[in-house]
Amino acid sequence: MSQPVLSVRSIEKSFGGIKAVRGVSFDVHKGEILGLIGPNGSGKSTLFNCILGQLEPDAGQVHVNGRDVSGLRPSKLNRLGVGRTFQQLAVFPQMSVFDNIVLAGQEHRGTMLSRLFGPSDAGLTADAERMISFFRLGHLRGTLAGSLSYGQQKLLDAAMAFMAGPALVLLDEPAGGVNLTMLAHLRERLAAYNAEHDTTFVVIEHNMEFVMNLCTRVIVLAEGAVIAEGTPDEIRSNQTVIDAYLGG
Amino acid sequence: MATWLRRILILALIALAIVAPLGQGNYIIYVMTSWLIFSIAAMGLNLTLGYAGQISLAQASFMAIGAYTTALLTLSGWHWLAAMPLGVLACFVVGFGLGYPALRVKGHFLAFITLAFNTLVFLVLRNEEWLTGGTYGLVGIPRPDLGLFSTMRSLPFYYFTLTVTIVAALAMWGIVRSPWGRAFKALRENPIRAESLGVDTRRITLLAFAIGSMYGGLAGALIASLVQFIEPGSFGLAHSLRILLMVAVGGAGYFFGPFVGAGVVILLPEILRFAEGYYLIIYAVLVIVMLIFVPSGMIGIWGRIRDRFFVRPVARADLQQGAQLK
Repeated sequence: MSQPVLSVRSIEKSFGGIKAVRGVSFDVHKGEILGLIGPNGSGKSTLFNCILGQLEPDAGQVHVNGRDVSGLRPSKLNRLGVGRTFQQLAVFPQMSVFDNIVLAGQEHRGTMLSRLFGPSDAGLTADAERMISFFRLGHLRGTLAGSLSYGQQKLLDAAMAFMAGPALVLLDEPAGGVNLTMLAHLRERLAAYNAEHDTTFVVIEHNMEFVMNLCTRVIVLAEGAVIAEGTPDEIRSNQTVIDAYLGG
Repeated sequence: MATWLRRILILALIALAIVAPLGQGNYIIYVMTSWLIFSIAAMGLNLTLGYAGQISLAQASFMAIGAYTTALLTLSGWHWLAAMPLGVLACFVVGFGLGYPALRVKGHFLAFITLAFNTLVFLVLRNEEWLTGGTYGLVGIPRPDLGLFSTMRSLPFYYFTLTVTIVAALAMWGIVRSPWGRAFKALRENPIRAESLGVDTRRITLLAFAIGSMYGGLAGALIASLVQFIEPGSFGLAHSLRILLMVAVGGAGYFFGPFVGAGVVILLPEILRFAEGYYLIIYAVLVIVMLIFVPSGMIGIWGRIRDRFFVRPVARADLQQGAQLK
């Protein structure tokens, strides 16, 4: 099999006496959509933050396309082709939809000096228009991001994560708080992007229907450790998973 | 506001700034020159605070660094045009250094650190008499001599300052319109998200301080030549608070806010002088009332008027599109 896009090896993280993540390892390959699920407190978000450089793991390594990225700052990780979305709304409210999208790509263009003396849009207008159009936000192009509805902000958040053409995108509860119509729209757009660009996704989500319909493989965490791994159908019928969710 | 209307308005304001001092006495021209100089200092703080969201109570200390560097060099025979860039460069370097605490602390903790820095600069200026002249300051600072255009008289110096202000404003316009400007705003609004999108928030924070400080240094170089005498008391904490007031009153994060804010803070007390002993009380009450009712500053008043009286009904485009969602 080809080299994994993301390789997580024996990640451990404790907060005081609480072991939030216990030696988690997994690989994700090009074009895969991996779902990471588990009950509240199972260590999903901590694991995400360790992968993304927002928390320093106590042990273990993270490799992206074969390169050890453990301990790298999020901005450096992003420049290596790793995008992310946030559980909470994470757009720039006082900037227009267009400016939010351009910002998401500008740091990948040119040098620091060329970004000062070059064009205001960093040469990204055409790419930004395409991304806005792909996520069907064209009618909101000039609107301040802070005045969008919750679901639209989630769409914008996703569009921003894809703007720099990342090889890997980690989506942190993309469906949280989104209404059913917008949720179907978001899932359809994510699947379409994956099909068009062969981008690798890792998705943390509580909405089982969303995960089972979007993901090609699912890993289940409980008490900081992997308790099951398989296709959505295998996970649905796994007794250990059912017990973990029901507290059995 | 439409772009053409904005351009006409800017040209009209520049024309007004050219015509306004004609026929006026030296004191009025002095006050107008002060307004331009403090607009430059406030422009710098507006970048640090208004655009990048990093609070600083040290802008007067950068005016001091710019003023003393320029004064010491011009008094030892350097031309103002050679001395000023060194003062501005010194502010860039020191401002870059002052930005480091901002990487660790935010909000009022950062405000206290910058406040302490302002006090430190004040004490150095007062105590290092061998260099700064101590409380007696430095006197006889020459004004720039540009050959055919001497700035020794007040009106030519006003036009010289106006030219420098326009150049500084154009440079600031270029910065805030560039991707750097977008990164500064992103730092203010959501630094964690900005970092996740590849923005090097550490570098951008340091640059916000360094560039804002450069504008303070430029203002200092000009004020040294305007007054031709500088002493530490002119750059104390009260003056940093005054520049902060200019940014808040004008509208933090608005390009023209510093000009309006400096205008209010410098010109309003002069206009209110007819009230004699009560003018500071009236001035303080007006500022308090304004900050309560228009917290976004004077520039924000236009937005409020527009929202109140010129509202155009707009169909919810997202609802029109909603029916097409799959």
